[in-house]
Amino acid sequence: MSQRNPAISKGIDWVLIWLYVALVTIGIISIFSVTYREGENLIDGFFKMKADYGKQLLYFFICVIMGLFILLTDSKFFTATANIWYAFGIFLLLLVFPFHTEVKGTNSIIRFGGFQLQPAELCKLFVNLALAKYLSRVETDFTKTRSQLIAAGIVLLPAVITIAQSETGLALVFFSFFLVMFREGLPPGYLVIGFSLAVLVVATLLVEKYTLAAVLSGIVLIAIYLMRRQIRRRRSVLVRILSIWAICVGVQLFFVPFLFTKVLQKHQVERIFSLIGRENPYAQLNTVEGEEPTTKKVNSSDYNVRQSKIAIGSGGVVGRGFLKGTQTRFDFVPEQRTDFIFCTIGEGFGFVGSTIFLGLYLFMLLRIVNIAERQRSVFSRCYAYGVASVLFFHIMINVCMTIGLAPVIGIPLPFVSYGGTSLITFSVMLFILIRLDADRQMVLR
Amino acid sequence: MSVFNQSRSNIIRLIFLGLFLIMILQLFNLQVISDNYRELAMNNAVFRKVVYPNRGIIFDRKGKAILNNTIMYDLVVTPYEVKNIDTQSLCSSLQIDTTEFRKRMLEARFKNGPYRPSIFEDLLTPEMHARLDENIWKFPGFALVERPVRVYPFNAAAHIMGYVGEADSGIIKKSKSFYQLGDYVGRSGLEAFYEPVLMGQRGIKNLIKDNKNRLVGSYEKGKYDTAAIAGRNLQTYIDIELQQLAEKLMTNKVGAVVAIDPKTGGIIAMASGPTYNPNDLTGPNKQKNYGKLVLDVTGPLLNRAIQGLYEPGSTFKPLGALVALDEGVITPSYGVGCAGAYYGCARPVKCEHKNPGHAANLRLSIANSCNSYYSQIYRMTVDNPKLGGTKKGYEHWKEYLNAFGLGQRIALDIPGSDKGSVPDTSVYNKVYRGSWNSCTNLTLGIGQDMMQSTPLQLANAMCIIANKGYYYAPHFVEKIENETKSDTLLSNFRVKHEVLTQISDEAYEAVISGMQDVVERGTARAAMVPGINICAKTGTAEKYRIIDRRRIKLKNNSMFVCFAPRENPRIAMAVVVENSGFGSTWAAPIASLMIEKYLNDTLRAERLKEVDRISSASLVPGYFTRLQYIEDSTRAQRWFKITNDSIYLKKFFQRGRVESPKDEPDPSEKKKRRVPHDNAMLQERYYSRKRLNQLQS
Repeated sequence: MSQRNPAISKGIDWVLIWLYVALVTIGIISIFSVTYREGENLIDGFFKMKADYGKQLLYFFICVIMGLFILLTDSKFFTATANIWYAFGIFLLLLVFPFHTEVKGTNSIIRFGGFQLQPAELCKLFVNLALAKYLSRVETDFTKTRSQLIAAGIVLLPAVITIAQSETGLALVFFSFFLVMFREGLPPGYLVIGFSLAVLVVATLLVEKYTLAAVLSGIVLIAIYLMRRQIRRRRSVLVRILSIWAICVGVQLFFVPFLFTKVLQKHQVERIFSLIGRENPYAQLNTVEGEEPTTKKVNSSDYNVRQSKIAIGSGGVVGRGFLKGTQTRFDFVPEQRTDFIFCTIGEGFGFVGSTIFLGLYLFMLLRIVNIAERQRSVFSRCYAYGVASVLFFHIMINVCMTIGLAPVIGIPLPFVSYGGTSLITFSVMLFILIRLDADRQMVLR
Repeated sequence: MSVFNQSRSNIIRLIFLGLFLIMILQLFNLQVISDNYRELAMNNAVFRKVVYPNRGIIFDRKGKAILNNTIMYDLVVTPYEVKNIDTQSLCSSLQIDTTEFRKRMLEARFKNGPYRPSIFEDLLTPEMHARLDENIWKFPGFALVERPVRVYPFNAAAHIMGYVGEADSGIIKKSKSFYQLGDYVGRSGLEAFYEPVLMGQRGIKNLIKDNKNRLVGSYEKGKYDTAAIAGRNLQTYIDIELQQLAEKLMTNKVGAVVAIDPKTGGIIAMASGPTYNPNDLTGPNKQKNYGKLVLDVTGPLLNRAIQGLYEPGSTFKPLGALVALDEGVITPSYGVGCAGAYYGCARPVKCEHKNPGHAANLRLSIANSCNSYYSQIYRMTVDNPKLGGTKKGYEHWKEYLNAFGLGQRIALDIPGSDKGSVPDTSVYNKVYRGSWNSCTNLTLGIGQDMMQSTPLQLANAMCIIANKGYYYAPHFVEKIENETKSDTLLSNFRVKHEVLTQISDEAYEAVISGMQDVVERGTARAAMVPGINICAKTGTAEKYRIIDRRRIKLKNNSMFVCFAPRENPRIAMAVVVENSGFGSTWAAPIASLMIEKYLNDTLRAERLKEVDRISSASLVPGYFTRLQYIEDSTRAQRWFKITNDSIYLKKFFQRGRVESPKDEPDPSEKKKRRVPHDNAMLQERYYSRKRLNQLQS
């Protein structure tokens, strides 16, 4: 259809489109291999929307139609309406509080009729638009701290609201936008500090807290000793060292326990500790209301990861073959259509298949970065980086969680996991990018 | 176009690449380096169902099946499928109440979970099966499952066949997990010894199970399944009719009968009394029956033919004669003048005969079983000056006995045989603190003192005499079906043991002639069978037992050893009937009936009456009643202590005390009480201490 209309197809990045189609197809096949049972009627399954793979196919058609509409839209529409969308997104997020429905322990879903909507999912798109809009404003000087704070605010506002809806996993996704800001000139120091904080938090989990405090103090003393000449020359160096020490010890002694007892829910803390193979020492102190860890709590989140690792590991080099994987075929891995879909690929197609699959993703990400760099307008570039960052964060967390490198955070694998909202959100994001890229010679403000 | 910060795009690319590399490395680690995940996944999803083959069948020498396989049924239940059933009607078919029903349902749920079938009632009786078979459709979730079970068409040979039972943790550990919990394995007898042959090869069916452990189909359409290979059959030397006769003759008697073919070492019959019906331990009531047998103090589960220890008594004399002849201390014409006792030592040894000339030569001494003669030649052998001292002489004498298979475990193809005992000098040194001589253990020469042997050993010693020096280790199985080179179970039994071929044929002939005289004009005329030259020796061994802290003299053990016919020995036997008197009273007639039946293949009409006479005689010693009472009441007391329920004690208050038995001296014995040997107490103390140590270790 698009071939017949040169106005639409002009400037479209076909590589990206084919990558998209390939990934969605892999997704449908994977969902098929999980849910299909021998002897089922395939035609019924696919076209009468009885089975999940049929539904996913339907969502895909919806995405294609929406994609066509987006490609027919003027690029300026997106710059013009970016802030309105953002406001709409925040409104939806707030609407969740009075109208949410309890689904699987999250409070982040609005349901009307037979349709459910997770505003936090949609907000990724809106935040991306708004951030791109803000960064591309002529009057924004991103070297100024004030601009940086506003940009951070745009990103963190929905994150905070999402955390309040006990969807910490989705909230974390918003942090990926800092990668965009980094590209646009956020001093690398922030990233370094952020990374150091992450290391500090992990160290806090692993090491007993007073031991860690002693070690940190020891490091500071050594630093003071080594830098005694500079300190004698300038007192402020000492002050700086001491304040870094105070922050570190503060984070480690007070902030992390606070985070684990007052912010995160028990089951989330449980998952983090199960990843590093420890008991949750804060279990008694946790006062956050929310999903209780199931009665078999010793192994509940552990069980998922274990089964998922068995599934992937049993794939071997070339995999057990399509529809031959016993782990995924017989429901040993929980949530395998959605969050643990990667197991199906790992088990069925082995190391070779998984590497090719991840290669497709990497190719897509690098392609988007290349697209970003060829944009004339800052808006398009920022938007493209936003898409890349969000995709990257999702892929990384999701895959790492199935192979036991990250805690179990329920976020889907883009384009592949079963689920309408997620597929449509990512598709729309991608199609907007393609639309903007088609107009890469234009300068959008 | 902005060139501002463009270099950072490369940093972002690097971050992407780096993290993807980490993911791929972890994938490499999981999928390529670690190799146990495939197995874990298979354990998760594939249920390896073991398909049990039919066990091999055991045939007697004429091709009759001594044991066979049949099908019985287990009632199994899958708890989650049980919905809306008529519990009352099911319970009444099974003759249980609803509380029991609920208890068993809970047990099933607990054992295998709600989705997997577990056994509700095993080995249904034919009536129960018939009742349930018609109505099983009324009880969804319940099913009848076949189970192969052993049957014994002749109701005989329980001790030889042994039984099959579930593998316990010890067996599992020993087999390095070849057997699993719930597997059936031969636990005793031929079933245990020939387990690898009889069991066949288990097959494996790979079935898929889902995350709730439900079986949902076969894995890969049975590509990796292996078929079960049926166990191989065994052809034995047993003559099942002779075996039945032996068991019939031993009814209500305590003792054993062993019959061996000397030419091959093949055991023709082996009976131990009291025995049990092997079918009692297979059917629906096996637990109950087993419990009964275990608690019986007469020990029906004990195979006295290989585990019962008896002083050989006079049956030892032919061996003693052969040793003396081979050592050259006597010649066949050597004789002693015996006047009713042996006076060579401080304490006289009584002899049953006192007419002069009853021990004028070797042949006569055997025929008349002269105690003086054998006491004398024992001392001559042991004190032989060329051996240098009694102790060295004794060691030498003991070597002969070991060669005869006494005091030594001889190979046998059922487990559990005792090695008997011929003590070595260290034992005597210990008991008598080093100071002893040939007078101290003088009665060894007449098969008493500390010498003990099993009936099997005695029968085997007869084989050696019949064969003039060699034997094949006694065994039941002649051949394994489709035997190959890799079957090594039988190779041990096909080796000819030429242990005493150095003894001259003249010596053997002299002894064998004496043994023939035993039957023809000696102590065992009752054993005579016209047309068959039987060579035999009777034995009458004294028995004491401590009951209620008193040492009681029991009636003598009646012993008999023999082989026949003399010219071409085809059967060698040992018979022991405990506490029944002279060897000639019970043991000899039993042996003669067996020989006649085996060699003539049938019994004369008047002999059938003899069979009835012997089999209807009850010779179970009276002291067992008292022992049973002691056992039962102490056990009741233990239960009472555990449960505090006086119901256990009640019946013992009602019935009153069972009197402690009195001495039961042989009626034929002289009125005057013989003083037991001084050293008998010492020896008994030694043995009881030894048994205690064995128990403790």
